[in-house]
Amino acid sequence: MDITNLFGFAVQQALGPTAIIYCLAAIGLNIHFGYTGLLNFGQAGFMLVAGYSIGGAVTIFGSSLWVGTVVGLLLCVGLALLLGVPTLRLRADYLAIVTIAAAEIIRQTVGAAAFSDTFGGQDGITDFIPGFRAANPYNGPIDLGIVSWGAYDAWVMTVGWALVAVCCVIVWLLMRSPWGRVLKSIREDENAVRSLGKNVYSYKMQALIIGGVIGGLAGFMTSLRSAAVGPSFFATDVTFFAYTALLIGGAARVLGPVLGAIVFWFLINFFGSFFSQATSGPDPLIPSWIMDSSQASIMRFILVGLGLMLLMIFRPQGILGDRRELAIDAR
Amino acid sequence: MHARPIRLAALLALLVTALVLTGGTVSAATASPATQAAASGAAAECALPKPTDDDTISILGRICDRREDPQVPVEGVDVTVEDDAGKVVGEATSGADGTFVVDLPGAAVSLLGKTFTVKINEDSLPEDTEPEVLTRKLPINLDNDVSVTFPIGAAGPGGTGFAAQALQLAVGGLVFSALLAMAALGLSMVFGTTGLTNFAHGELITFGALVALAIDRLPGTISIGGVEVTVIIGVIAAFVLGGAFGWLNDAALWRPLRRRGTGLIAMMIVSIGLSLFLRSVYQYIGGAQSQNYSQYAAVTPWEIGPVLLTPKELLVFLLAMGVLVVTTSLLQFTRIGKATRAVADNPALSSATGINVERVISLVWIGGTALAGLSGALLGLTQGFDYQIGFKILLLVFAAVVLGGLGTIWGAIVGAFIIGLFTELSTLFVPAEFKFVGALLLLIVVLLIRPQGLLGRAQRVG
Repeated sequence: MDITNLFGFAVQQALGPTAIIYCLAAIGLNIHFGYTGLLNFGQAGFMLVAGYSIGGAVTIFGSSLWVGTVVGLLLCVGLALLLGVPTLRLRADYLAIVTIAAAEIIRQTVGAAAFSDTFGGQDGITDFIPGFRAANPYNGPIDLGIVSWGAYDAWVMTVGWALVAVCCVIVWLLMRSPWGRVLKSIREDENAVRSLGKNVYSYKMQALIIGGVIGGLAGFMTSLRSAAVGPSFFATDVTFFAYTALLIGGAARVLGPVLGAIVFWFLINFFGSFFSQATSGPDPLIPSWIMDSSQASIMRFILVGLGLMLLMIFRPQGILGDRRELAIDAR
Repeated sequence: MHARPIRLAALLALLVTALVLTGGTVSAATASPATQAAASGAAAECALPKPTDDDTISILGRICDRREDPQVPVEGVDVTVEDDAGKVVGEATSGADGTFVVDLPGAAVSLLGKTFTVKINEDSLPEDTEPEVLTRKLPINLDNDVSVTFPIGAAGPGGTGFAAQALQLAVGGLVFSALLAMAALGLSMVFGTTGLTNFAHGELITFGALVALAIDRLPGTISIGGVEVTVIIGVIAAFVLGGAFGWLNDAALWRPLRRRGTGLIAMMIVSIGLSLFLRSVYQYIGGAQSQNYSQYAAVTPWEIGPVLLTPKELLVFLLAMGVLVVTTSLLQFTRIGKATRAVADNPALSSATGINVERVISLVWIGGTALAGLSGALLGLTQGFDYQIGFKILLLVFAAVVLGGLGTIWGAIVGAFIIGLFTELSTLFVPAEFKFVGALLLLIVVLLIRPQGLLGRAQRVG
């Protein structure tokens, strides 16, 4: 087993484009769940809407990525309003059920064969990326010794980490403002806030919109990373993985989702290549009657599930958080 | 002290007896169709073709002239089959008995949920005939061969076209609804007594399908009195082991969490972790490929008026309905059922009146998961096993429960039947690939108009 290689690969992935996607998705969820206590299980839906917007803007309407970006963000706002209006007055689990259902509605509709002329069915949309590719300032791959990225990945990462930085600053500024303090007090005791004359519904809606828009940024990064969008990129599990990332880093902390996404994606890739190395070769470390190579690729998801459970039970505050802040309950 | 366990044992025995009795009638029913089909084949000139006994899904059709009595087969009609995108995937010509068979290309599993259009070529029909319909849409829902009839001439008794199609879809919808209702009942009871929205409920459904598959894959077959009953044993095992699995879920995870005073939102996220964990474990054990159960005999469907019904569908429906009636009677008329409803209403108050709340919750977990397991095993029998079989219908189960009213017993059942029928009947108007979308939209619309659900009480919602 090649330990250096194993770590090098995992580090490369943990700083790479996919980690950025989970990072942005988790920052959005941090506003929903960490600060406001809203249980949005449909982050993948926001990502899909945005991801398809920039793809569709180029391939369907023949306009630019910039127009797609604006349309995508507007659609995310619209989606948040659509989800929030029926559910934000209800108990927390209604929002959870409706968001997870809505994300699945959008995904199945967009992936349907009936709309394959527009959205490409299960194959999705490709060939919308030349403009972004042309703007790439890097000429060759970036090599930092044990880790290296290709020129395109480096360009995606530059844009992505810049977006992450901007989002972190925005979240930091928002949450130290009076507005942010109202959000936190809604999380702690909604009725107390209401009795102080605040419009809880409106604050929740604003939080849902802002978090959803940041989720939309994650969708943009998804389509830029793969130079394609398809319904399979936005499955329900994507939302669950973003939650795992958020909880690893620590909810209700500005840098929690950033740290969490890096650690999460590091661990996923570390275990992924560990088990694949341990089961490959003529004399594998783990005998094949226990685990074959296709089962090895599932091990990391078993560990994610187990990890999410144990984390929520024994350390809900994650690495950076404060336990007292996350003693939230359904209401 | 001893009275309660005895009564409990009696209840369980009753439930098992009911299950076995229904199973008994069901095995009697399975024996008959072969003979019946043979008899009807000789009587009517225009019979349905025999199902093909292979892994592919075939479209079996017949073209009959209804102006004669008995109906006369029409020979030499050209038929084409097109997929969703309008691409021709198969062609055939009707034989001397008026039947045609078109094998659909590709693995059976990949075809599920798709719709195919069968067209008959008007020019190839005999000159004096006037076809009632030229095209028929066939959604592929089960891993079975599909039958289709093109009547020629005036409509026979029972009507055809839209009404017959609706009736046929309603039959499929009822079968699916009954399965959905069993799964929804478990979820709703757990929510009612503990407040937990269990996102791992889909995996409890899959557990049943996995148990039935494991029994099925054991070497050798189990038979009683010469009748092979491996599948029946598998279904019963799914029910019993499902109950044990539910107890384990509660005792090992949820009870300790309740004792620690873990919040409901935290528990919801724990259930998501559990769902991911179990789903991956199932994939580890069962593989990503879809698998069929061995006792998967292709049987000729019965014709009841314009509706075609396979014995398997009828069997699954009767069993599910029997279990639903027994369960709701237990909840309605027994002491422990009354206690369960009391706990669902107000745990603190029922605890103060001397009800052992933890024991009730434990029973609810056992019963609810047993129902989910049974539903999963039967679903597996109709669709084939897939490690995501429960996860795929989880949202529909949620829709059913929320539609009927979270935490109510009758609400879960009513909601399941509305959702089950809605998903099937909506394919009359929209392509089959949108049927889940329609059901989920219905859920959101209901939340807008009546957030507490159809049978829920308004004060439950904050």
